[in-house]
Amino acid sequence: MLAETVSVQGWGRTAPTAARLIRPRTYEEAATAVRSCGPRGGIARGLGRAYGDAAQNAGGAVLDMTGLNRIHAIDASGGTVLCDAGVSLHRLMEVLLPLGWFVPVTPGTRQVTVGGAIGADIHGRNHPVAGAFSRHVLSFELLTADGTVRTVAPGTPLFDATTGGMGLTGIVLTATLRLQPVETALMRVATERAADLDDLMARLTATDHHYRYSVAWIDLLARGAATGRAVLTRGDHAPLDALPGRARRAPLALRTSRLPAAPAFLPEGLIGRTTVGLFNELWYRRASRTRSIRLQHLTAFFHPLDGVPHWNRVYGRGGFVRYQFVVGEGREETLRRIVRRLSDRRCPSFLAVLKRFGPADPGWLSFPAPGWTLAVDIPASLPGLGPFLDELDEEVAAAGGRVCLAKDARLRPDLLAAMYPRLDDFRALRAELDPRGVFMSDLARRLDL
Amino acid sequence: MKDAFGLPQSLLVLGGTSEIALATARRLIARRTRTVWLAGRPSPALDRAAGHLRGLGAQVHTVPFDALDPASHEETLGKVFAEGDIDMVLLAFGTLGDQATDERDPQAAVRVAQTNYTGAVSAGLVCAAALQNQGHGSLVVLSSVAAERARRANFIYGSSKAGLDTFTQGLGDALYGTGVHVMVVRPGFVRTRTTARLPEAPLATTPEAVATAIELGLRRRSETVWVPGALRAVMTVLRHLPRGVFRRLPV
Repeated sequence: MLAETVSVQGWGRTAPTAARLIRPRTYEEAATAVRSCGPRGGIARGLGRAYGDAAQNAGGAVLDMTGLNRIHAIDASGGTVLCDAGVSLHRLMEVLLPLGWFVPVTPGTRQVTVGGAIGADIHGRNHPVAGAFSRHVLSFELLTADGTVRTVAPGTPLFDATTGGMGLTGIVLTATLRLQPVETALMRVATERAADLDDLMARLTATDHHYRYSVAWIDLLARGAATGRAVLTRGDHAPLDALPGRARRAPLALRTSRLPAAPAFLPEGLIGRTTVGLFNELWYRRASRTRSIRLQHLTAFFHPLDGVPHWNRVYGRGGFVRYQFVVGEGREETLRRIVRRLSDRRCPSFLAVLKRFGPADPGWLSFPAPGWTLAVDIPASLPGLGPFLDELDEEVAAAGGRVCLAKDARLRPDLLAAMYPRLDDFRALRAELDPRGVFMSDLARRLDL
Repeated sequence: MKDAFGLPQSLLVLGGTSEIALATARRLIARRTRTVWLAGRPSPALDRAAGHLRGLGAQVHTVPFDALDPASHEETLGKVFAEGDIDMVLLAFGTLGDQATDERDPQAAVRVAQTNYTGAVSAGLVCAAALQNQGHGSLVVLSSVAAERARRANFIYGSSKAGLDTFTQGLGDALYGTGVHVMVVRPGFVRTRTTARLPEAPLATTPEAVATAIELGLRRRSETVWVPGALRAVMTVLRHLPRGVFRRLPV
């Protein structure tokens, strides 16, 4: 088992720290690494898509779990899979789609591992109907601080602490997931424009329940009457009979397209108001004025950014911050105010996404809660961004909302308890399960998790 | 831990009564800093500084620290690092000396050199090792524009800062890739108590402006920061002037 000291950073590339990177190839190696990871502890890392510092551990060990990547068993009639935590959702889709099964919850990228999906309790565009990832986890095996492996089932405190627990209760080794049946790998997608934020929210409220998946892209650079103008993209898995004749021959193939990767060194000012303004204008105008329906491959629908490897480099050396929060139903005024403030500030964001969340799952630090969630990418070099986001945090917390820890790289620690009411339970469970603090990350140090 | 904008939660100031350091601490406390360690020779001024920062809402500790006693640095600073991670070390101690006196009294000149250079080498290395162990953190060192080129008017001070500056650059390269960020700050003439008796130089600046530049440098993970920024261009020109010309300049 090789261990070398390397600089580790999140997808936002904002706060690199150095750690010993260990890549276990067997469960025994993982257990050995946990038992011997030293005073600064260790943390599991998957494909490094957490935006902030969740999978970093300065001065300690980082366990790269992508070496444990076997799919052990698939129940093709019942729709379950047992696999290692290091298996990516991409790999699962490759294997499962031809059998007529799909991953029940997918985020905006396929490049996350099953372990990471449990640790961050990820959500997708189907949260109102499908919930977060943990809702589809039948059980998992957790390597805990004492080096033993426990089987964890839903409904237990350890399950609820681990789903959304950012890897701080232990290392997920394997998981059994319930899958979703699909007839084809295509989506029937309806696209429409919304003229402003109120129009958008009205459309989402009125007709969202007609679709399984729903997402709205917002042009944050639009101002005045057009503030919050958006493109809604909603859809469902296309049934076999909706496909044209030619496509019916291989309806379940996973098709991926790949553009060249973003170069390693790009200037910092590439994502500015001019470029983003231009992009946003084109993106908005590209969408048809009235509702249009077409078939789209599911990778193009769910994971457009996966087409450009290393797309996070377009922000240059300074990196970027993804700010995502949720506020409850009835708190639309807070959402409106925040969108207006982002627009007024002219944040050059080409990725601002509004979704609705349904009922929450029981994970103590699980992010989704019923209501509205907005996710925004902003270059970290934007002057005054830190204090500005602090102000937004205050608004979110005052409205009973919260920010997402898998994206966070900058939250003020004292706001955390207000956002996550079960934080004390989480701390207590960690203190009991892991008294020596074996599992530790930069996120945990920064926010005192 | 530092956040996405490089802002530290815990700060260790070496030279706890330095006006630049305290302006920086005030600024960082207004952002994210919750714990401040002020290291310096025990004095009412140090306690006053601590009290003032406490008033801003930070948890402030004072640590007895003497730059002129390098043998004690490892133990004194080791205790601070044993209490928890330090996200940023601000090496701010130094003495301006008095050029005329120091030229007449070599012992006084040696004290300037020992404080500004020898003491900083020792403290810098101790902090660098500790930061490397924790795998993250920034070491911010206050150099001076005087380090860039020897001037008749302050070459004893200037040479000590030149040594410190070169040392810090090398240390930064040595620590590259270890998660530790080393930043040299080169302010021009800063209006403080110690410079009040001196004639003001062009492009004079304030401790608050230096603090702002440090905050920006942390966010950008800069290796060198000039305050004000225009000094970078000015010094690039001055550095290349022939000695005969530079000598005659009224700077």
